Amino acid sequence: MYPADYRYTKDHEWIKVQGDIGTIGITDYAQQELGDVVFVDLPKVGAKLAPGKSFGSVESVKAVSEIYSPVSGEVTETNPLLVDAPEKINTDPHHTAWLIKLKLSDPKEAASLMDAAAYEAYIAEQAKEHSA
Amino acid sequence: MNPKTTDLEAPVKNVGKACAHVSQNEGLIFEQSAPGKRGMELPPLDVPTIDPKKALGPEFTRDSIEGFPEVSEIEVIRHFTRLSTWNYAIDLGMYPLGSCTMKYNPRVNEFVARLDGLASEHPEQPTEVSQGCLRILYDLQKCLLSITGMDAATLQPAAGAQGELTGLLMIRAYLESQGNPRHKVLIPDSAHGTNPASVVIAGYEVQNIKSNSRGQIDTDHLREFVTDDVAALMLTNPSTLGVFEERIAEIAAVLHERGALLYMDGANMNALAGVTRPGDFGVDVMHLNLHKTFSTPHGGGGPGAGPVLAKKILEPFLPVPVVVQKPDGTYALDHNRPKSVGRVRAFAGNFGVLLRALAYTLAYGPGIRQATEDAVLNANYIRKNLEPYFDLPYNLPSMHEVVFSDARQKVKGVNTMDIAKRLIDYGFHPYTTAFPLIVPGAMMIEPTESESKQECDLFIDAMRSIAAEADATPDLVKTAPHSTRIGRLDEVAAARKPILRWKPA
Amino acid sequence: MRYLPKSPSERQEMLAAIGTGSVDGLFTSIPEKFRLRAPLDLPGPLSESEIIQYFQARAAENARGYISFLGAGVYQHLRSVAADALIQRGEFLTSYTPYQAEFAQGTLTAIFEFQTLMCQITGQEVANASMYDGSTALTEAVLMAERLSNRRHVLVGRSVHPEYRQVLQTYAKNLGLEIEEIGYTASGQLDRAALTPETLARTAALVVQSPNFFGVLEEIPGLAEVAHASGALLVTAITEAVSLGIVRPPAEADIVAMEGQAFGIPPSYGGPYVGVIATREKFVRQMPGRLAGQTTDAAGNRGFVLTLATREQHIRREKATSNICTNEALYALAATIHLCLIGKEGLREQALQNLAKARFAQAELEKIPGVRRVFTGPTFNEFSLEFPRSVKMINAELLREKIIGPFALGKQYPELTKRAVICVTETTPRAEIERFAAAVRRILERPV
Repeated sequence: MYPADYRYTKDHEWIKVQGDIGTIGITDYAQQELGDVVFVDLPKVGAKLAPGKSFGSVESVKAVSEIYSPVSGEVTETNPLLVDAPEKINTDPHHTAWLIKLKLSDPKEAASLMDAAAYEAYIAEQAKEHSA
Repeated sequence: MNPKTTDLEAPVKNVGKACAHVSQNEGLIFEQSAPGKRGMELPPLDVPTIDPKKALGPEFTRDSIEGFPEVSEIEVIRHFTRLSTWNYAIDLGMYPLGSCTMKYNPRVNEFVARLDGLASEHPEQPTEVSQGCLRILYDLQKCLLSITGMDAATLQPAAGAQGELTGLLMIRAYLESQGNPRHKVLIPDSAHGTNPASVVIAGYEVQNIKSNSRGQIDTDHLREFVTDDVAALMLTNPSTLGVFEERIAEIAAVLHERGALLYMDGANMNALAGVTRPGDFGVDVMHLNLHKTFSTPHGGGGPGAGPVLAKKILEPFLPVPVVVQKPDGTYALDHNRPKSVGRVRAFAGNFGVLLRALAYTLAYGPGIRQATEDAVLNANYIRKNLEPYFDLPYNLPSMHEVVFSDARQKVKGVNTMDIAKRLIDYGFHPYTTAFPLIVPGAMMIEPTESESKQECDLFIDAMRSIAAEADATPDLVKTAPHSTRIGRLDEVAAARKPILRWKPA
Repeated sequence: MRYLPKSPSERQEMLAAIGTGSVDGLFTSIPEKFRLRAPLDLPGPLSESEIIQYFQARAAENARGYISFLGAGVYQHLRSVAADALIQRGEFLTSYTPYQAEFAQGTLTAIFEFQTLMCQITGQEVANASMYDGSTALTEAVLMAERLSNRRHVLVGRSVHPEYRQVLQTYAKNLGLEIEEIGYTASGQLDRAALTPETLARTAALVVQSPNFFGVLEEIPGLAEVAHASGALLVTAITEAVSLGIVRPPAEADIVAMEGQAFGIPPSYGGPYVGVIATREKFVRQMPGRLAGQTTDAAGNRGFVLTLATREQHIRREKATSNICTNEALYALAATIHLCLIGKEGLREQALQNLAKARFAQAELEKIPGVRRVFTGPTFNEFSLEFPRSVKMINAELLREKIIGPFALGKQYPELTKRAVICVTETTPRAEIERFAAAVRRILERPV
């Protein structure tokens, strides 16, 4: 379910690193919590991102989730698909519904994030807490 | 437009409150429009007519408004009458919406608001011929000061949210006059959404503080949070759980020690009027919602009024103009207020709403306490009868409202929204769902004093019945309502591809 | 008490069911020292007839039976009895905000119609379900422009209603917004020469009102071009909505903040009124206020629902576009019903009557020696005149004849003493216009 070559954050973003390009999206867990996505607010190309800084939001009917950058870099692309079809985040959050691509300031930054196994353990714990 | 009927999975159980009935269909007024129809005629022009293109120039004139309605008076009466029959209303029965205080809107208030000599007055007309209006404002101020135990008032704010902002601006101005406006305002996580939104507009930073295990302000740790950079704590009392903040005097003391102020959101004043006064228990500034506690009609979403009442130290900062009585006994609007925060809206306030609130207060006089007692009685009666069926997350004394949660029903997959929708089939408007945020699956119930014992019993019966359904036939509840003209609407489509106006084909 | 539906025995029954002996037992959570032991000092209780007497007495202390030539943001216009009867229906008057759509389609359908009418009238693409009034709508429109442009500087014409500008100042002070005022020219319109590209380049919004406080129409397309050329937005305030019956709507403006009082809402000494923000579709997510959207249920029936709620305080909290919650729904409904009644032709005819009567009044007054027009720009139903004596004195004399005189400009515009704005609407009979002109002439003929 969670691609092995991605890294994950506690705020449920994923990042895929290819050389000095990073692709960021939100995880399947995040889209489930949000419900049907109706709108995505993304930064402009050229925007500078810093770790922990919010760069946009994903909205459902009754909730808004800020998206936080896990790394530093400069936005090079935003996903045009999400303008007219934000619901793709619900159906394919890990692949076609990526949010942004960015030029990484430090490609090694992402390595300190959780890997797929650690993330799956983390959300299992979260799920237990919620039903407690 | 012919609505397709959904399958009625089960008829609404007869608990005496409601049953299905034929209702009229109706499209949009634009769909009935046709050239040449008129709903209103003007008296003939008694001066020479004018060609607007010549008088103003073609660059300043418009052609007729495309798509604008052209219908007769009877069609307008039918259109809106039919629409009205699709609504629920206080006049039809209980609205158990927590913190909304849906009480009876007395009809005499509508009558007096429309009197010639009141409805007709222009806000800029000379004071000499506005004494009646000014006295109404002054008399209302006196009543509200008496009820809240405060020293100074402004009737300008148009709603509770604007009252919050006004109060915060006054706090800022006061602290500035003391040398430092500070940066933060503390807000409990149980607060209404307008509170943090107002804080930001006042130029402050929101600092959320977690409620304790009793759903109250964490007074034990409050000292840590109230730094020299905190301007105020914004608190609702009773809280949004309907529970009185028992340690309110301590809370006020902690704040005042540090030079911070206590703001009270007066949305729940219906539990306090005539029984206790916020001015006595340490509140420095507060707002009231006249469209809640003071019976002015909710009207589908307004108008309201959010007067702000404050202690003497904040009086210099009241918005302009201030309604005053001069030594000669006449009334006036005082604009000479050098320390004022400024004007928060054009003219003196929502006069028509303020007038209605005064009429309400005059009807009760000192007997206003009885209304408060009945409101608290009704809430506790409902609570006692529903406790066996619904989870009560905070087992503390309820005042005018009680908050249950859907925890027991969640076991069968039925949540607060489902129960609320099923309540519609029983002829009741839903209670407040999913608020306050500190109670997952919240069910916030406030009957108000306007409900008879019979109406309360019907509500209790309906809720009991739904609890049983949630257990035995949960799908019935999950797919409710079944008896309305339309079913649950696709809110996702409405948000993804918003259609916000009618357009001609 | 007539508003309380319980008998003393029922109260006892309920207390017994709760398990408390007396109602005092329900208030023990309030610390003893704060519980009132004596009744509050309040007037009343009054019976219904006494309440009516009180308010009739107040009405008699006001300006009943006077004729008024005041506009200044609030207008005496025709209203229909049908509209007033409809808004008094309990299902409209006493219903709540339509959060539960299945039980509030009446309200939601009417809001959708209101939004549509506001778009049609203003020439904009979307409109909200109402703001408190024109003054706060304008302030919120400016804040919206600030969010959209990411700039903190605002240019406001002095010809915008003084009280509207004061409200903007009150809000702007704490939000780090820099408000700069722009003067007017001999035409009474905004001084375009003062709009330099350097200034506009850091401006979020250029704010004008049309017809403006002096009654003069602003050249919206030209102003929009100038603003847009430097990346600023044009925000237009409208206080006299009936003008849009014949005046070209501000379609080139980015945001319109309108006061809807002129659409069948009584002056009522300052409120309640109804503000509205109308704008382009691309800005809708930054627009404050409620919105009703069209959708369907599972069976395909058309219905309406509050939508795009993530902009609002109950979801977005401190990041909301505004703190507004309760707005002016019943008066938006009143305006909607009024506009449906007066209709396409009626609104146009009403506007024409306003223009004709105002021009007639202006001609009559300008015949008086010493009375001169102040501005050269085109006007609708308000116009500014200069008098040879103090307007305050003239108005004091007029009051004796049960005439409420025009708005004296000197207090708000110190450079415009002895000048006033006269408003004439379709409700001002010709005979009263003539009586007013005759009275002014007489007053000015009196020795000083």
